[in-house]
Amino acid sequence: MSRVDKSMSLAGGPPVAMKTGQKVGTLLGLFGLGILTLATFNVSLPNQGLWLALALLSIGGGILVYSKSLYKDTLPGIKNHGVWLKSVSSRGFWAWVAGIALTGFYIVLYFFAELLGQGSGGAENTGLIGLFDPLSYALKGQPASQWFVYGTLYTLAILAFGIKFIWKYRHNSYEKIRTGSVMFFQTVFAFLIPEIMARLNGDLPYYDLKNVWPLNYYLFDQWNVDGLLINGSFGLTLLIWGIASILVITPILTYRYGKRWYCSWVCGCGGLAETAGDSFRQLSDKSRSAWRVERWVVHSVLVFAVVTTTGVIHSYLGDGSQYWFSRGTFLIAVGVVLTLLFGLIWKYKRHELKKDARYGAIGYLVIILALIGLHFSAASDNLLIFQTHEVRSTYGFLIGSVFSGVIGTGFYPIFGNRVWCRMGCPMAAILGLQQRLFSKFRITTNGGQCISCGNCSTYCEMGIDVRAYAQKGANIVRASCVGCGICSAVCPRGVLKLENTDTQGRINSNDVLLGNDVDLMDLVNQR
Amino acid sequence: MLLTLSTTDRSTNSPKMEHIVIIGNGISGITTARHIRKLSDHKITVISAETDHFFSRTALMYIYMGHMKYEHTKPYEDWFWKENRIDLKRGFVESVNTAQKSLQFADGSSMNYDKLVLATGSKPNKFGWPGQDLDGVQGLYSKQDLDALEVNAPNNKVCQRAVIVGGGLIGIELAEMLSTRGIPVTFLVREESFWNGVLPSGESAMINRHIVSHHIDLRLGSNLREILADENGRARAVVIDETGEELACDLVGLTAGVSPNIDFLKDSGIELGRGIKVNRLLETSAKDVYAIGDCAEQREAIGNRRPIEAVWYTGRMMGETLAQTLCGNPTEYKPGHWFNSAKFFDIEYQTYGWVFSDRNKADHEQHFHWAHEDDTKCITVAYHKDSRLFLGINTFGIRMRHEVFDRWLTEGRDVDYVMSHLKQANFDPEFFAHFENNINQAFAAQLQTA
Ligand SMILES: Cc1cc2nc3c(=O)[nH]c(=O)nc-3n(C[C@H](O)[C@H](O)[C@H](O)COP(=O)(O)OP(=O)(O)OC[C@H]3O[C@@H](n4cnc5c(N)ncnc54)[C@H](O)[C@@H]3O)c2cc1C
Ligand code: SF4
Ligand code: SF4
Repeated sequence: MSRVDKSMSLAGGPPVAMKTGQKVGTLLGLFGLGILTLATFNVSLPNQGLWLALALLSIGGGILVYSKSLYKDTLPGIKNHGVWLKSVSSRGFWAWVAGIALTGFYIVLYFFAELLGQGSGGAENTGLIGLFDPLSYALKGQPASQWFVYGTLYTLAILAFGIKFIWKYRHNSYEKIRTGSVMFFQTVFAFLIPEIMARLNGDLPYYDLKNVWPLNYYLFDQWNVDGLLINGSFGLTLLIWGIASILVITPILTYRYGKRWYCSWVCGCGGLAETAGDSFRQLSDKSRSAWRVERWVVHSVLVFAVVTTTGVIHSYLGDGSQYWFSRGTFLIAVGVVLTLLFGLIWKYKRHELKKDARYGAIGYLVIILALIGLHFSAASDNLLIFQTHEVRSTYGFLIGSVFSGVIGTGFYPIFGNRVWCRMGCPMAAILGLQQRLFSKFRITTNGGQCISCGNCSTYCEMGIDVRAYAQKGANIVRASCVGCGICSAVCPRGVLKLENTDTQGRINSNDVLLGNDVDLMDLVNQR
Repeated sequence: MLLTLSTTDRSTNSPKMEHIVIIGNGISGITTARHIRKLSDHKITVISAETDHFFSRTALMYIYMGHMKYEHTKPYEDWFWKENRIDLKRGFVESVNTAQKSLQFADGSSMNYDKLVLATGSKPNKFGWPGQDLDGVQGLYSKQDLDALEVNAPNNKVCQRAVIVGGGLIGIELAEMLSTRGIPVTFLVREESFWNGVLPSGESAMINRHIVSHHIDLRLGSNLREILADENGRARAVVIDETGEELACDLVGLTAGVSPNIDFLKDSGIELGRGIKVNRLLETSAKDVYAIGDCAEQREAIGNRRPIEAVWYTGRMMGETLAQTLCGNPTEYKPGHWFNSAKFFDIEYQTYGWVFSDRNKADHEQHFHWAHEDDTKCITVAYHKDSRLFLGINTFGIRMRHEVFDRWLTEGRDVDYVMSHLKQANFDPEFFAHFENNINQAFAAQLQTA
């Protein structure tokens, strides 16, 4: 390939060049974004409601027109032509432009909301946020906030790109139904219900029912818990729902279906990644070194989340008169639960864990227990050696903002669409541990049919080297797999199937594959 | 990538450390090397003239279509080879001296071996057509062929029409590849229907229609007479034998099958036929020289198999087997039930056991054919007319389980059992529509009329 510059030689031709419809769609979308940009710079737009509607319709409509043109003349089937030839999906110039623009948007959103026109101290909203006021009043009877603007655009992206995705995978029922599901949960649970609940009951903190702790890292913060509790039994129900979500519902569903029930069917972060991020799934890093980094980072985040949440709750519990627990009981309870958990894993699943995972588990357990012990001896108001609220705000800043938003989404076009889910999400880490150790879910490999082509690995957004398993006839049982089903969809030989069945024989590995001499298979594969 | 291969369980370790040299870094050579390393501490060298590292030849099409880059087609990361002490050498072996156990390279250097494994693969067939060596005429087998294609047919301005000669699996892949760049393709197929030497007529006809629906100009029953050159010695047109029609084109793809890549062995004294002759232990006529994969030719065909099996899976299976022999556990090549797979544009194809084409099937082989009305799914089940023994299945557009059919074939199930348990064999993703009921109704109806 050295002699030809691909992008040049391809210029103007399929599958890289845009068709007319795609260009129209792009222009329409840019027009919508243009309105939002004008509003951001406080160009006064009369009749805000109309302009807002125009902007949102143009963006959504642009995406649809683009997609229709892209897929309308094609037969149902895999649509990856030109993915690595196009600049935007192969870390080319346009990918960097998009990445920088998105990242810039997130930085402003998280740290400089006043630039978007957030009115502070009772002042009215202006600019972009002001433009969204009519919609916000209509839904919840309050002025918009930066989060309302973000939530609206986020939902719009999931809906419009979700339709694109369904077009793209129209031959694949699993993908269609799954995408319908993320579109539904985003629109109804993350967007409509919380806003409507807020309308009905102004004091209730925003609560996305499907947002489970530790992904919802502020669930147990004092302001949130108090906010829920002052709303009497309704708030209490929500709080109990929150606790049951992580302790009861999550383990059961993950046991039956794998973590996909959450990560690629329900979750909003996953929803954006699967729809708006779909064009970037091939950019995830599949190297062994990336896998090593991933395991350390994501499990560290989980530990960090557990520690800070414990610390936060601990810091406001007091002596037990205000809430039901005292600090002491709470810490002891946490310690007992964690010890039990690790004890059980250690007893039953030790042999299934790779060596380093084992070290990691032991190491972290020791740290947590030691630090809690430390606290008892010091008997101060600090958790560990830090001020609790500092740890907490560091967590919110690092994980909640920088990781999930700025890097997680802003860098879609560079690192792929699931960096956050893979490296930074504590919820994914918990579900992953459950999926790896206690679940019926696996991806079954179809005997000896794999031709090692690499499509599955390339299009795995979680950076799992699916082929490494498939080509030795092994099922894929990986903590990080979100069950998006794309590896199975793109496999040209029908080798992969996502399944929930017997836990017996779930983890396997064959040196000699099906199809060869039976005696040889027996000889080599029995160990 | 996964774990390092472990060398701890050397159940069949041979005492003396030997230098095992493998020519060819394709699936057969690499499988041998990996398994030798699992079983022993022998020194292993893998030689290739094509690429530095093992890549998946079956994925060549996806590079051109932009689904993957070359890097993605490498099944093992580059660190793998060093970590597992498999030495890689880039170079072309010009000759083999079996008496002195040495290899001579094109650059003049040489290398000695204790054991030699020939895993040199195939090359595209050329049947002596006038003009077959012109510029713009090429096959599709190697990484170099792919690079050439990128020069000959980078887009539909440089290449305004392509003609593909030979209606097999590689031909249809090439047609799909070119069509993704908007290049008009004329597809010359010698047979009266696509691949009907292998596929029963119903399936072959469905694929014909599918090819046409992808805007390929499919010419059945058409042979190439000659390729015409322009003043620069580039192909400018082809002439079709049957009609004498002259078709202007910028690329001619020769995909009329492959044959073993063994020219460099002509003077080696190793017994050659169409391929390198081997016995069931995969030994050639020369001591300590073995041959596997596409280049090996069985002295006697195994079961219904052809003496030369140019498919990915058999290369891998031979590699798995030969490694045992080389590590002190002599093992015959005894492949199990036949299976294979391919993809024709959007239609996946899998086969288990034997289903022969109308042309090649024996009298006792009866077929049950079911086709879905959307014209992208069908199956053909072959069974023995008298005993009703299940012989094999072809499935298009419906994925089926290898393990289940392998078991049924071993258990000697009859066709009625297979049909009534077909659900167990389904391997389509969750929520896909199931067709077992329709299929079984059709099967019952056929029994009544038969
Ligand atoms: C486009 C395409 C698609 C295919 N798709 C499928 C499929 O879907 N399913 C399937 O089952 N099969 C498929 N095949 C066939 C399959 O790829 C081959 O059967 C398989 O790769 C053969 O492997 P091998 O190890 O025997 O040889 P090869 O992979 O050909 O490796 C041989 C290597 O040896 C090197 N070599 C040869 N001679 C020398 C020498 N003298 N000195 C140095 N090096 C030398 C060659 O350069 C080459 O790199 C496909 C083939 C092609 C070309
Ligand atoms: S392994 Fe497959 S299902 Fe799991 S995340 Fe990767 S592509 Fe999705
Ligand atoms: S996509 Fe399918 S055939 Fe290709 S490497 Fe993955 S499992 Fe194997």
